[in-house]
Amino acid sequence: MNLVRNHLLISIDAGTIMAGARAVEKALVEEIDRQGLSGEIAVLETGSIGVTGQGVVIVVYPEGLYYANVTPQDAHELVEEHLLKGRPVKRLMMTEMPKQHVIRKERTGLLKEQPRIVLRNSGIIDPENIDEYIAESGYEAIERAFTKLSPAGVIQEMKDSGLMGRGGAAFTTGMKWDFASKAPGDVKYIICNADEGEPGTFKDRLILEGDPHKLIEGMMIAGYAVGATKGFVYIRGEYALSIERLEKAIAQARQYGILGDNILESGFSFDVEVMKGAGAYVCGEETALIESLEGKRGHPRNKPPYPVTEGLWGKPTVVNNVETLANVPEIIRNGAAWYRGYGTDKCPGTKVYTIIGNVATPGLIEAEMGTTLRDIIYEYAGGIKDGKKFKGALVGGAAGAFMGPEMLDAQMDFVNLREYAAVLGSGAILVMDDSADIVGMLKSVLHFFKHESCGHCVPCRLGTSQLVKIIDKIADGKGKNGDIEKLVKVSEVMRDTSFCPLGQSPILPISSSLKFFKDEIFGRVTG
Amino acid sequence: MSQEKQCHCAEIQEEELYPRLEEVIKEHKGKGEDLIMVLHKAQNLFGYLPRKAQELVAEGLNVSLNEVYGVITFYNFFSTVPQGRNSVKICLGTACYVRGSQEVLDKAQKELGIKVGGTTEDRRYSLDVVRCIGACGLAPAMLVNDDVYGRVKSPHLLDIIEKYE
Repeated sequence: MNLVRNHLLISIDAGTIMAGARAVEKALVEEIDRQGLSGEIAVLETGSIGVTGQGVVIVVYPEGLYYANVTPQDAHELVEEHLLKGRPVKRLMMTEMPKQHVIRKERTGLLKEQPRIVLRNSGIIDPENIDEYIAESGYEAIERAFTKLSPAGVIQEMKDSGLMGRGGAAFTTGMKWDFASKAPGDVKYIICNADEGEPGTFKDRLILEGDPHKLIEGMMIAGYAVGATKGFVYIRGEYALSIERLEKAIAQARQYGILGDNILESGFSFDVEVMKGAGAYVCGEETALIESLEGKRGHPRNKPPYPVTEGLWGKPTVVNNVETLANVPEIIRNGAAWYRGYGTDKCPGTKVYTIIGNVATPGLIEAEMGTTLRDIIYEYAGGIKDGKKFKGALVGGAAGAFMGPEMLDAQMDFVNLREYAAVLGSGAILVMDDSADIVGMLKSVLHFFKHESCGHCVPCRLGTSQLVKIIDKIADGKGKNGDIEKLVKVSEVMRDTSFCPLGQSPILPISSSLKFFKDEIFGRVTG
Repeated sequence: MSQEKQCHCAEIQEEELYPRLEEVIKEHKGKGEDLIMVLHKAQNLFGYLPRKAQELVAEGLNVSLNEVYGVITFYNFFSTVPQGRNSVKICLGTACYVRGSQEVLDKAQKELGIKVGGTTEDRRYSLDVVRCIGACGLAPAMLVNDDVYGRVKSPHLLDIIEKYE
C-alpha cells in the first residue's frame, strides 16, 4: 500500500462547485504531478466542510489547515510553498470558521467539544465511496438491527431515544414507525422527504452530498422496523449533485448486496428509488408529496387518514425527513441511552442548522438541542459581522418566526420554543444586524407564500394575495391606519381555515415580527 | 431573413426529437404514476413541453391530456412555451432579498425589456425568479443556465449576462 504524507481534502458541494471547485481540483492535481509529488500527496473529494460563502475550501492533513477562496491560479503557490517547502500560504488561510464540533457549556462556563452525530462523516469521508462509509462504522447499525434487535426492538429503541422528526413538525419518530408497523397490509413504504424548499435551508442537501450512505442505512432500518421493502427519496429537482451522489451510493450498495434481496442473509429485502420533484414548495407537506410521487398535482390530502395507515398507493407509509433518517443509524448503533446524552430531556439529540445572513462565519453547523440562540450566533458562527449589533433573526425559514434580542437566551429546541410561540422548523437561521429592514423581510416572506400557494383551497389562495397587497402598500410607504390589523386578521383566518400548513403558516412571521418590532412596523404606516 | 432561417432550423430539430420521446414513453407505457418522470425527460429533450409532446405523453401513459396539462402547470419546473437559449434566474429568497436582489431583478427586466417569465424576441434570454437555491452565503445570487453568480450588484448585471450568446 502506498503511504502518502499529505492528504488534500477538497470540499465538493453545490456551493463550492459554483465557486469553481472542479477547476481548482484539476489545477492542484496537475501542479502536484508537475512538481513530482503525486506519489506523496493525495487529493480527495469530500462533501461540505460546513463553510459557505467563502469560495473553494480545501483542508490539508495532517496539519488540519483550512484554505478558503482558493482559485486555480493559487495551485502553484500552494503546492510549492506548503506541500514542497512546508510553508503554509498565509494569505489563503482561514482564520475564522463555524465550529466543527457540537459544543456544550459546562456548569463552569467552559466549552466542551463533542463529536457530531448527523454530520459525523460530512467533510471527512469521500461521499462517493462506500468503503469509506463502511470504514467509519457504516452499515453496522443495520447489522445490529438484524442480529441483536427484532423489528419491534428497533421501534422500542427509537421510542426510547426520543428522536423527533427534524422536518419541522417534531412528531416522535418511534411512534410514527410503530403506527405504520401495526397498520394492516403486506405492502408498506418508506419515503424520505428531501424536498427541501424552506428559504434559507440547505441542511438536507449538504447531508445528502456529504454522506449519502447514512440516509440509505436510515431508510433500511426504517423499512426493517415497519416491514417495508421499498423506499423512495423524493428530492428537489434542482439538487443535481445530491441526486448524482445518492444514485451513485444506491448503485454501490446494490453492488455490495447491502440493498436488494435477502440483505446480509437476514431474509430482509429492501431497495431505494430516487424521484425528482419539479419545483413546488407545497410538496414538502407529506400528503402533497405522496400525491406528487403518484404522478399527480401536489395537492395535500385530507387527514386523517394519515400516511402511516393510508399513504402511497393507499398503503401504510412512513414519511421522514433527511435529517431524521440520518440520525437513525447512529441511534441504533450506539443505543438510545447514548443518544439521550445529547440535548434536553424533552428533546434529545442534536439539530443541524444553516446559519446565514449578517454573521461572521455563515455555514452548516450541528448543535445540541437546547443550545441558546446566543451561543449559536456567537460561539458557532463567530458573532455579528463587522462588529455590528444583533437586531433579530428569522428562525425556521419563511414558515418560521422572527426573534428579537429578548430571545437570545431562549433554549432552542422543539418543545421549549413552543412556549414562546416560536418554532425551530427546518433549522434555517437568518441573522440580521441593526441595519436590517423588517418590513422588507416580511414582504419577501409573504411574496414567497403567494408564489407557492398551490391554489387548492380558497383561504390560502386568496389570503396570500391579500397579504401581499397589504404588505406592498406598507413597504411603499402608502400604508394606512388599520392595514397592519388587517394583515393580522387575514393571517388568523388563514390559520384557522386553510387546508394544509402552507396557509396556516403566514401568521407566524407576521405575529412574531409585530411582537418584537412593533414600533418599527407601525412607524411605516403614515396614517 | 436570417432569423426566419433560424426558426425553421429549430422546428426541424424539434421534429427530429420526437422519435426519442417515443422511446422514453415506451419505457413507461401505461404507467400514469411515472408522469412527472417522463415530463422531466421530455423537457430535457425539447427545452419546454410542446403541445404535441403533451399529447403523446398522455396517450402513451394512458392519462388524459387534461391531467398532463394540470401537472405541467402545477410545477414551476415545467414550461409550455419555448425558453430562451440562456435562462437567467434571480433568487428572491429571503437572504438574497434583504441583500437587494429585487434591485437586480428590476435592472434585469429593464435591460432585457421583458418581465419575469418572459423570453427576449431573439430567444437569447429567458428571465425568471427562483426562491432560494441554497446559495444564501453568496447573496444576492443569480443563475445563468447552470452557472451561479454570487454577490451580484445591479451595475454588474449586464457584464455577466452578455457573456452568454
